[in-house]
Amino acid sequence: MNASQLLPLIVALPLAGFLVNGLAGMYLPGYRERKNWIGWFATAMVFVPFLASVTLFMGLEADSRPVTYHLMTWLQAGSFTSDIAWRVDQLSVVMMLFITGIGSLIHLYSMGYMKEDEGYWKFFAYLNLFIFAMLNLVMGDNLLLLFLGWEGVGVCSYLLIGFWYKDMEKASAAKKAFVYNRVGDFAFLVAMFLVFRHVGSLQFDAIFANLDGIPADAAFWIGLLMFIGATGKSAQIPLFVWLPDAMAGPTPVSALIHAATMVTSGIYLISRMSAIYVMTPEVMLIVAVIGGITAFVAATIALTQTDIKRVLAYSTVSQLGFMFLALGSGGFIAAMFHVITHAFFKACLFLGSGSVIHAMHHVEHELDHHGKHVHFDPQDMRNMGGLKAYMPSTYKTFLIATIAIAGIPPLAGFFSKDEILAMLYNAGAFYQPVYFVLFGLALVTAFLTAFYMFRLTFGTFHGTFQLSKRYPEAAGAEKYLHESPWHMTLPLWVLAVLSLVGGFMGFPDFIVQTFGNPDAHSNWLHGWLIGGIAEYDLALAKPVKWTILLASTALASFAVWLAYQRYTGDRAAESDAALQRGLGGAYRLWSDKYRLDEIYEGYVANPILKLSDKVLAVFDLKGIDGLVNLVAGLTNFTGSILRYAQTGLVSGYAMYLVVGVLLVVGLLLF
Amino acid sequence: MDLLHDLSYFWPAAITSIGGLAAMMAAAFKTDMRWVNAVAVFTALSATVVAASDLVAGHSGLLFSGMVAHGGTAAFGTFVVSLGTLFTLVLSRSYLEKIGHHYAEVYALILFATTGMIVLASATDLVALFVGLETMSVCLYVLAGLVRERKTGIEAALKYFLLGAFSTGFLLYGIALLYGATMSTSLDVIAATTDKGGLYWAGVGLLLVGFLFKVSAVPFHMWTPDVYQGAPTTITGYMATAAKTSAFVAFILVLGRGLQGSVEQWAPVLEIVALLTMIVGNLIALVQHDVKRMLAYSSIAHAGYALVGLTAGTLSGYDGVLFYLFAYTLMNIGAFAVLAYYETADGQERSTLEQFAGLGWQQPALGVALSIFLFSLAGMPPFAGFAGKYQVFAAAIEQGYITLALVGVLTSAAAAFYYIRVMVYLYFKSPEQPVSLPAVDRLYGWTILLLAGLTILFGVMPSLIVNLF
Repeated sequence: MNASQLLPLIVALPLAGFLVNGLAGMYLPGYRERKNWIGWFATAMVFVPFLASVTLFMGLEADSRPVTYHLMTWLQAGSFTSDIAWRVDQLSVVMMLFITGIGSLIHLYSMGYMKEDEGYWKFFAYLNLFIFAMLNLVMGDNLLLLFLGWEGVGVCSYLLIGFWYKDMEKASAAKKAFVYNRVGDFAFLVAMFLVFRHVGSLQFDAIFANLDGIPADAAFWIGLLMFIGATGKSAQIPLFVWLPDAMAGPTPVSALIHAATMVTSGIYLISRMSAIYVMTPEVMLIVAVIGGITAFVAATIALTQTDIKRVLAYSTVSQLGFMFLALGSGGFIAAMFHVITHAFFKACLFLGSGSVIHAMHHVEHELDHHGKHVHFDPQDMRNMGGLKAYMPSTYKTFLIATIAIAGIPPLAGFFSKDEILAMLYNAGAFYQPVYFVLFGLALVTAFLTAFYMFRLTFGTFHGTFQLSKRYPEAAGAEKYLHESPWHMTLPLWVLAVLSLVGGFMGFPDFIVQTFGNPDAHSNWLHGWLIGGIAEYDLALAKPVKWTILLASTALASFAVWLAYQRYTGDRAAESDAALQRGLGGAYRLWSDKYRLDEIYEGYVANPILKLSDKVLAVFDLKGIDGLVNLVAGLTNFTGSILRYAQTGLVSGYAMYLVVGVLLVVGLLLF
Repeated sequence: MDLLHDLSYFWPAAITSIGGLAAMMAAAFKTDMRWVNAVAVFTALSATVVAASDLVAGHSGLLFSGMVAHGGTAAFGTFVVSLGTLFTLVLSRSYLEKIGHHYAEVYALILFATTGMIVLASATDLVALFVGLETMSVCLYVLAGLVRERKTGIEAALKYFLLGAFSTGFLLYGIALLYGATMSTSLDVIAATTDKGGLYWAGVGLLLVGFLFKVSAVPFHMWTPDVYQGAPTTITGYMATAAKTSAFVAFILVLGRGLQGSVEQWAPVLEIVALLTMIVGNLIALVQHDVKRMLAYSSIAHAGYALVGLTAGTLSGYDGVLFYLFAYTLMNIGAFAVLAYYETADGQERSTLEQFAGLGWQQPALGVALSIFLFSLAGMPPFAGFAGKYQVFAAAIEQGYITLALVGVLTSAAAAFYYIRVMVYLYFKSPEQPVSLPAVDRLYGWTILLLAGLTILFGVMPSLIVNLF
């Protein structure tokens, strides 16, 4: 069998899963109860594509041509055509592997997590649809198909955030996610049009073969607009506020969509278009600055949060900022490396938090069952503590993932973060000194990351169970705590192992070169991706690289030690209070999330709504409301014209017609 | 005989006019309206099949001494108009029964209007064009006022009639001036004229005005919201699709056949009108709370997108518009059909957003279908509406109309808000009082699902129809 024939299969199976579970669930009420079948079927529809991706990966060499499959010509208009065609090259196969791999694990996990939910079938149908869209995003052979996937994952994320649609908060979080994403999509569309205009095609090979046809200013705008598109999908300043709210959705969704896959599509897009980005250093700097600020801002907010999922959400925003820092400093491969390792440890963390929340829900349920109505927030870490005794698997995996994200060697996060730091320093040394500032910001952020992540882990799993202390009625509630079923712990362990060893795919060359062969290449990922990505050269001297590596390790270790001093042994509350006293106004600003939500609502969203309501009502002939005031404020002359408009009288309409006639005929005659 | 020979290429119009007469006759003998409906549906189905076979056969030429054309653009227009009529007739029965206005005359009027539309969409002579236009319009004036005991119905009919007459005056004056300038009403003769004086340009301008009124382009759109809101919902769907399609096809014939030589003069005019139409239509649609009225403004906006293709003034632009009209017919009739169901399902007239709360869960298939139509109207891939937008914008870019394409993209991105808002109410809001909608009429439901399926099919494989142009 030809390898390229696997491509339509990979895309078609998740779609088939969506259609079967969706249609059968919609029309056959009996089908909805067959939860085991629904879950396994949906999981298989992602797992088989994973196996196919592995096959494709095995057949691919670092210098192979892309495997493509042309299904049909999709759109044709004059000389422009667009195909439905997929391509698997070194970059997309990496994305496919972890989308389907982690996707399968999260499907499996959801079988346990969503077991009691009445919308079980719907959940799995949406999840399959998401995988379908995400695969199109990374496998599309042209920007248009990529855009199809881009829109598709947005819609699925919207559906899944609002999954518990009866809950108004979730519905509005879903709406927020959609609106913020649309803002980014405007920009992406316009960028696509510019590419279209200058290259005459949206097919990747054609674009890269005709880069000369793109003038410098067009490259600037294309790069900037695509980046704006990426800030929407990948939650960067100023469009990041939707992501923390999106955590209202079910936890497996947070893990799959809002940590591992969809939010990294912006990084994928920029890596894919890296050849255009290296043409415009100005945009690269903008990308890096935005990424750096986002990384720092989100990390400081994460420091102050007590909701376990919110900490992880802000941590995700911060880590995405790190990836953009890498992109902006020419480290496209470093960014992809961090995308992969982050997918491992952040998915593990989210699923672990889901396991904890699951257990806390169970406690609430059991207490209720025994006639003790204690209402507490099952996501608030102040109610937790001491869970490690009751949930050993969850604890161990969570700890491993925490060490990984903190950047302690030799776990996955350490290597990818170190490569980013090196690329930043590199850009400062050889391109623009301003990157040194960003390098400093990144170091501070790395320190904060290690600190707040260990604050979370120690607060949740160490010490003693706080719930029984905070709520007297809940005394002895810890006996209801239990470990989650194997559906849920197995994915945790797989992800933990990946977080443990995943970093070795990008083992830095210079370490091997120091101790062994001076020409050795141990960074497999770099060698794998360099053919399709325009990476800056990492030209730093070996001692500099060692210094960066040791400094970042020392910083992270110090942060862990600090967190250990303050957050173990039930000292979380007093340490938080001490932190608050010590930092004063800054802490308030951080815990208020820089008041960005309020600023957007107050200064952007509301005025626009008010303005459009007032101004546009004039044009609407039936919109009498608010018009009276407006008309009164205007002069008599314009007032009388507007009155014509609002009365809905035919004579008024006829007048518009005459104005139009004068316009059209006048334009033609003169 | 020449007449019979010509008629054999003009069957769809003949069929619909005979069908219209038959519907009136049937009403005299049969009191069962379902039977009359069946006659009308059969008529439209025959016309559609014949039109489709004409389209596939691919022959073309002039008929009736050069008054009308067959084949090519005209055949495609005839096909889309017949198809729109067919769906309207199928869907109208249960709706008209529910609102208590199920008269045989409705079917006769729809079929006569369709005859007018076919003539309009095939005309190669301004006189034939005018006859077709008026046949269509007069029938539509009456249909708009069908629900005569409702104030909005009467208002719609009267406004439509008065303003329609007003704009027809301009159109007729334009024809007269063009005749004065070129001594002919034939598009081919007009195309050959080289002496383009003030008379000629004034004639062209007034002709454009007549068309821009019929396709409801800004600033000639004022009648649209009132008429669309006042007319019975399935008829609104008919007016927004079939009538608009025929007017656009005639517009293409006039511009491409008669005025192609003056493209440099009229394209800038259409560009301004297209810009205004896209911006104003979408912005006002944003603030609507009544879904039917929102769709009326959205139809104005869509006319703007189609005008983008006309502005390009090239073959690929015209083809893009034709596909756009086809896609728009599918998704818009579908959307109005679901609206008609919500309006009449349980006797509570629903048309505002708030009244739509939670309805998506009631009849899930219809909710999904409406979502597909709305996504398609919003121009999301992979639905037909996206493919249509892509083609007209690509044609405009090819001719260097970057502003048009950019404004088109931005306004359609903004338009997503008001389409999505309907879905937010359908799925994410709970109704104030629990509602339970009765099951939908089987044929009605399947027709809607068919439309939804076609909306997806032609979004994924637009080449199926594009290759027929």
